[in-house]
Amino acid sequence: MIPELGQVALILALLVAILQFALPLWGAQRGNAALMAVARPAAYAQLSLVLLAFVLLSVAFARQDFSVLYVANNSNSLLPMHYRITAVWGAHEGSLLLWALVLSLWTGAVARFSRSLPPEVISRVLAVLGLVAIGFISFMLFTSNPFERLLPAAVEGRDLNPLLQDPGFIIHPPMIYMGYVGFSVAFAFAIASMLDGRMDRAWVRWSRPWTNVAWAFQTLGIVLGSWWAYYELGWGGWWFWDPVENGSFMPWLVGTALLHSQAVTEKRGSFRNWTLLLAIAAFSLSLLGTFIVRSGVLTSVHSFAADPARGVFILVFLAIIVGGSLLLYALRTPPANDGKPFAPLSRETLLMINNLLFSAAAAMVLIGTLAPLLFEALNLGRISVGPPFFGLQFGILMAPVVLLMPFGPFTRWQREYANRYLPLLRFALTAAVLALVLAWLLGDAFTLKSYAGVGLSIWIIAGTLRYAWQRLKSTASLNGETAGMLLAHLGLGVFVAGVLLVESLGVERDVALAPGASSEINGYRFEFQGVERVQGPNYRADRGDLRVFDGDREIARLHPEKRAYASGGQIMTEAAIDPALHRDLYVALGERLDARGDGATVETNSWSLRVYVKPFVRLIWLGGLLMMVGGFVAAADRRFRRPRAERPEEPAEAA
Amino acid sequence: MNPTRKRRLWTVALTLLAAAAAAVMITLALQANRSYLVTPSQVLAGDIPDNGRFRLGGIVKEASVRRSEGSLDVDFVITDRLEDVAVRYSGVLPDLFREGQSVITEGHLEGQRFIADEVMAKHDETYRPVELEKALIEAREKRDAEQADDKQTYDKRPNGDAVQ
Repeated sequence: MIPELGQVALILALLVAILQFALPLWGAQRGNAALMAVARPAAYAQLSLVLLAFVLLSVAFARQDFSVLYVANNSNSLLPMHYRITAVWGAHEGSLLLWALVLSLWTGAVARFSRSLPPEVISRVLAVLGLVAIGFISFMLFTSNPFERLLPAAVEGRDLNPLLQDPGFIIHPPMIYMGYVGFSVAFAFAIASMLDGRMDRAWVRWSRPWTNVAWAFQTLGIVLGSWWAYYELGWGGWWFWDPVENGSFMPWLVGTALLHSQAVTEKRGSFRNWTLLLAIAAFSLSLLGTFIVRSGVLTSVHSFAADPARGVFILVFLAIIVGGSLLLYALRTPPANDGKPFAPLSRETLLMINNLLFSAAAAMVLIGTLAPLLFEALNLGRISVGPPFFGLQFGILMAPVVLLMPFGPFTRWQREYANRYLPLLRFALTAAVLALVLAWLLGDAFTLKSYAGVGLSIWIIAGTLRYAWQRLKSTASLNGETAGMLLAHLGLGVFVAGVLLVESLGVERDVALAPGASSEINGYRFEFQGVERVQGPNYRADRGDLRVFDGDREIARLHPEKRAYASGGQIMTEAAIDPALHRDLYVALGERLDARGDGATVETNSWSLRVYVKPFVRLIWLGGLLMMVGGFVAAADRRFRRPRAERPEEPAEAA
Repeated sequence: MNPTRKRRLWTVALTLLAAAAAAVMITLALQANRSYLVTPSQVLAGDIPDNGRFRLGGIVKEASVRRSEGSLDVDFVITDRLEDVAVRYSGVLPDLFREGQSVITEGHLEGQRFIADEVMAKHDETYRPVELEKALIEAREKRDAEQADDKQTYDKRPNGDAVQ
């Protein structure tokens, strides 16, 4: 009964979405207030219905209803309760439902926190969001129904992919989706402004906090994903340039460009058409990201669901959304630019460089991700595009960003004079040089890359702090927008240090150890105690035991595991990590090194282990988190809450 | 030519130049990133890249894994069911490394033996590297064509390796 209710809720949600799309849009074109007034209630109704469907699917998981195909495929009677709930978004169908839920949450938030907007604007915005909802809900109903029955019911479920039975996975997808889908709001505002034809700067101001919040969630989602991959995949890497990661990274890059471009358009009126284009691009790439993850077109760790038929639906949907909005852009955007003029050296110019570099980086990632497909389709042979390509190209494109970033805040709109940078240069360069000297004196085995990490990071951090100090001296307070910007810039400084230090100083070593034997790696002695068998709720594991010594002092006890899951017989490496800000000690259990050959096996107690020492790897995620906080702080700026009238407003970013 | 038109011309020229430079850079970078997946049949036919470094893919031959006790060094044989190549590797093998399962290794040839510095196995029971799948099918088709004269029947799914 429950699955059928869920199904009905989804069908009703689709009908409501059609109303939410058609009536307000028609009303806005005709100036019909009654039709426009449908938008808000429809948004709330859609939210309630999709939420109901989501809750019902969760109930089906909690009650182990194996007569539902999706539950039978992704759960198991041995699965602990918290993973049963998160299994809801563990595969294709459920993650689409989560997508739809997040979309309706954003839609509801826009409906709730936009009372001060003109009715034509809000009804058009909600109508565009309704169109996106139509696409996703009908995709679910017609190709990937999470409530499909399995009759007769399965006796036992197939279990959730063990990779996903992990706390990191509980929150990573919802956060990524908050980001992906959040860009739909900026997109809807852009479309609404083009439909409106007036295209004043107001739409940018209204959409700015939403873009900031979406960007902040996207940042958090990417950080969580990176952290999850680091400890769960057992390879010690934090970023693999895997198509799925690229899928979430492209909207982030374009979103970063969009944040900066929106600032220019709102304050100066320049880059208006460019901002529209970026808003379209950010959301299109979010859709592409969903497509990449869920179609299985690109083989990857993440492509749990491989079904090209669904890919075709998303491609058509993508073509409608992207093609439609670009067509509208071509037809409705006036060629003239009403922005104020600016000199070659001005904040506008620096932000333009920022936009060029971030867009180029997004284009590069897009090309690299799709190149293997294109080469194959055009019969040019098979290529694999991996970290060497992305790492080099991305480094080239981001180097100017890192070097120029501290200049940005110091630079005034319209025109700036080079000699005003002297205080910045004096302070930040001195700090960077001092840091380099310190690194030279204290650092061990530093390479050019590690020095670059220290120098560039301190350059950004010192330059950013110097600006904060100057601002506080003159105004004694920072508004949310500036504070957020400074936090995000500091975050990049911390991130740069983490990346370059861990890449240049990280150590990876495969060792073979018998119980009692030890191995010295980077000054740490890893003493192997042995391996014991342990029983988990739905797996059996070999559990290693290592004592780690720094000199004579025991600093950590690590228990890496190798798990065999009861259903499906999948093997999983559970790495053991001793985290610290300045280094992670990371051990993954390999296999028992039995003597083998001529069909015979002689058992032994020796095991292979992979040991990593990862200096400053935590700075990568710490920097990402700072960027996220920056995004939220900027969105909370009070200025955004008083769009037109002076009367106080509800917060516009509590999504 | 009036100044506006002149400026527009410059803008167009510079844009085109930048686009061309980007296209050339990316093409060159992608060319450098070509990585070849080679099957044992191709290795024996001498069909390997000039720089000697390549990826060798196939199935780990049954009962071919050899190791002495407590050592990281391991020897095994990769087969495409037509030809075999001996492989040596030193290090931790991936979780899903199994005899009779597909595997991709990266390294270079030393004499008749492939020295691998990386071994990748498929990620879970349903996943198989698409390109490896294709290479194996091509190898099989080649054999089919050669054997067509003999009218020999041949099981398309040796060893239960389902083709997706």
